[in-house]
This record gives sequence, structure tokens and C-alpha cells, in this order.
Amino acid sequence: MNVLQFFATHVDEILNATREHLALVVISMAIAVAIGVPLGMALVSRPRSRSAALTVANIFQTIPSLALFGLLIPLPLIGGIGMRTAVVALVLYALLPILRNTCVGLSNIDPAILEAAEAMGMTEPQILFRVRLPLATSVILAGIRTATVITIGVATIAAAIGAGGLGTFIFRGVAMVSDAVILAGAIPAALLALLADFLLGLLERRLRVI
Amino acid sequence: MTDIIIEFNDVEYQVSATPARPILSGVSLQIHQGETIALLGRSGSGKTTMLKLINRLRCLTSGKLLVEGQDVRDWDRIRLRRRIGYVIQEVGLFPHLTVQENVSLVPALENWSPARINQRFAEVMHLVGIDPAEYAARYPRELSGGQKQRVGVARALAADPAILLMDEPFGALDPVTRAELQQEFLALARRVSKTIVLVTHDVREALLLGTRVVLLDAGRIVAESTPLEFRQLQQPIARQFIAASELVAGAAQ
Repeated sequence: MNVLQFFATHVDEILNATREHLALVVISMAIAVAIGVPLGMALVSRPRSRSAALTVANIFQTIPSLALFGLLIPLPLIGGIGMRTAVVALVLYALLPILRNTCVGLSNIDPAILEAAEAMGMTEPQILFRVRLPLATSVILAGIRTATVITIGVATIAAAIGAGGLGTFIFRGVAMVSDAVILAGAIPAALLALLADFLLGLLERRLRVI
Repeated sequence: MTDIIIEFNDVEYQVSATPARPILSGVSLQIHQGETIALLGRSGSGKTTMLKLINRLRCLTSGKLLVEGQDVRDWDRIRLRRRIGYVIQEVGLFPHLTVQENVSLVPALENWSPARINQRFAEVMHLVGIDPAEYAARYPRELSGGQKQRVGVARALAADPAILLMDEPFGALDPVTRAELQQEFLALARRVSKTIVLVTHDVREALLLGTRVVLLDAGRIVAESTPLEFRQLQQPIARQFIAASELVAGAAQ
């Protein structure tokens, strides 16, 4: 069976898996952003805690994704089979690029600008929200963009622990030794990644200040 | 003599890592209302540090420093800084804000009414010779070096502070623009009647702009004089500055 035929006969199934995949990515990214950005902001004037947090995020990133999914299964509350475990793993993966870019963006500000802000009598929170954050926006977005593309790819592996998504076809295709079935999962996943990269890239350029 | 607005009394500043050689020591100086003090010295003489002690970007380690009669350590840092204008060589305009937003920042933080903020914006822009209507909506990246520095001065004057601190404000400009801004500075200083403390390593700038020149060397004040008497100073560092300025003048002829 060739690829086109498989697509034609399994349209509903593929669309459904794409929806599941998107849900996994969107939920994981929302949580990762909600943790990563505020955490980066909180660490702005705490260099030692910052490098500790970055090290921890780095360690998560080094664990092979399939192993991370497997390791999470036996854990209470966050573990088990299914979507919840997958989301936890994807959040851990997405955290590093978001946290790292937030930290870098917020701290790589021209010292003259920070000195002027301080000398003008801006308080620490005012400097954070009115100077650092707007100037770091495009760098933070670049981190979110990288994380999104990674998450779309890694989310295919979530099928291994029963979380559904486009990975379902890939695993099935591998088992059946069928390129058509593998591609039915791989092509939509690749298109999703390209589309997300393109759209977030547009947004990033829109919000660039300098 | 007029009122003393800033008073250094045996002030010392040192970084804990190098207690052997303080950055400033034994500094005593009275600055009167309406004066323009030129702090002159070589790089590392402590002149910028002296400036930063006044608005507490640095905190003195011993001695006493009074601003408007009150010890800087008793001032609320934020309140103190909003009463003091600050201009630096790199200007430090906020790149994500327009010229108007940059200039009006402190008045906005101080909750002035929008009408008063707009009126003050137009006033200070006229003072520094930039058309407020034409430049209000521009971003700093759309300005030349000279214009940036003018906007920087306007921003420092916006909340009408009694004291203006300037750290080599004209140092990064080309010679022609620098001379232009120095002349305008003189006219401006006369009009606004502020107390100005200006840091420079350029002896001609110090003599041109200062009503009093304070010479620093290795963290100590070595001489104080009027610009007219400066050339009679006998201290070695003063002679070096005079010789250097004459060398430049001689080469020009």
C-alpha cells in the first residue's frame, strides 16, 4: 500500500491523531511557559540559584526521551500510562530552552540602560517589568519557539506510553514494517513543526525591539 | 554664600576585596546651590564613584555625605534618585520606548497628570534644542549621537530636579558636536539654575563648563580652584593636566 492510498483511507484517524498530538503539545507548552518564564524572572537577581536551576533543566534534557517516559510510569501521581505522564515528560523537556532564554534575555541588557533605570529611581520590580522584560521578549520567544519544535517531535514518542498522538502511526508502522504507516505519522508531525516554527518566527520578529 | 546643597565630609569608599587601597578617601567638599562643579581626574581617580555616592548608586563606607541637609543613608533611595537628574556618556535611553516615553518616565512614575507631563516634555525638549512635536514618537535608534545625548539631558531634567549629575556627558560625541553641546550646556546651565556636578577627564571641558574645578587623584581631592586660577596650581597632577592641554593647543598651532 502506498502512502497516498493510506492517507486517503485513514483521513479521519490521521486528523484525530493530529488533534491529540496538538493537544499534547499545547498543554505541555502552556505549562512549561507558565513555569519557565516566571521562574527565569524570579532568578534574575539570584545568579547562584539561576545556575542551579539551569543545571537541573539541563539534566532533564540529557535523559533520552524514551527512557524519561519509561522512568515516569512507576511514579505516584504524575506517573502511569497515558496523557498525564506524557505531559509531565514534555514539560520537563521544554523547560530548558524556555528557562535558559528567559534568563539570558533578562540578564543580557546593556549595563548603561540598567544604570540609567536605577539612577532614575525605578524600583527593582519596575526595572524588571518595564525594562528587562520588554527588552527580553524576542529572546524569550525564541526559546519558546525552539521548545515548541522539540516538543512536537518528542511528543511522537508519547505514543509508547499510550498517550496517543501521531506517534501511534509511527510505532505501528515500525511494527508492521510499513513505510506508508510510518509516514502517516511522520509527515503531519513534520508539517506541524514547520508551521509552528514559521508562525512563532513571525511573532518573534514582530516583537523584536532593537 | 548661597546654601550648601551637597556636603562631603571625610568620605571614604572602598570595595571590601581591596581594603589596602580605598577608591576614595578623606574626601571633603561643599557644593553650593547653583554651582557647576567639574570633577576632574584621570581614569580611576574616583571621580565617577564620587558622583555615584551622591545618588547612592554606591554607598559610602565611612564619613558623612549630606544631600539637601540629610544624610544619604537616611534618604529613601528611590525618593533621592527621583530628585536628582543623571546623565551618562552612554546615555542609556530605553530602546523600546519613544523619545517622549523616555523623557516622561520619571514624571510618569511620580504620577503627574498627563497634561502636566506633556507640557513638561515640550518644555525640556525646547531647553535642549529638539523639536518636541517632530521627535516625540521617534525611537532612540532613529536619533544621531548628539540628539541622543540631548534627549538624555532632557530626560534628566524632566522631573525638575535641583541637582544634575553628569558623567562625561559629551565624551562619546565627535569634536564638532561636542563643542556645540558644550556651548549649549553653558546657556542651559545659566537658564535652569541647577546645581550641576560634572565628571570629566578633559581639562578644557572642566575649565569651560565648571564654575569651580575639583581635581582628584588616586581617590583624594588634591586641589580646588576657579577655572581662572587653575593654571596657577602647583600640584604635580595639576601641572600634568595643564601641560597636556597646552600640548594639544601647541600641536594645533
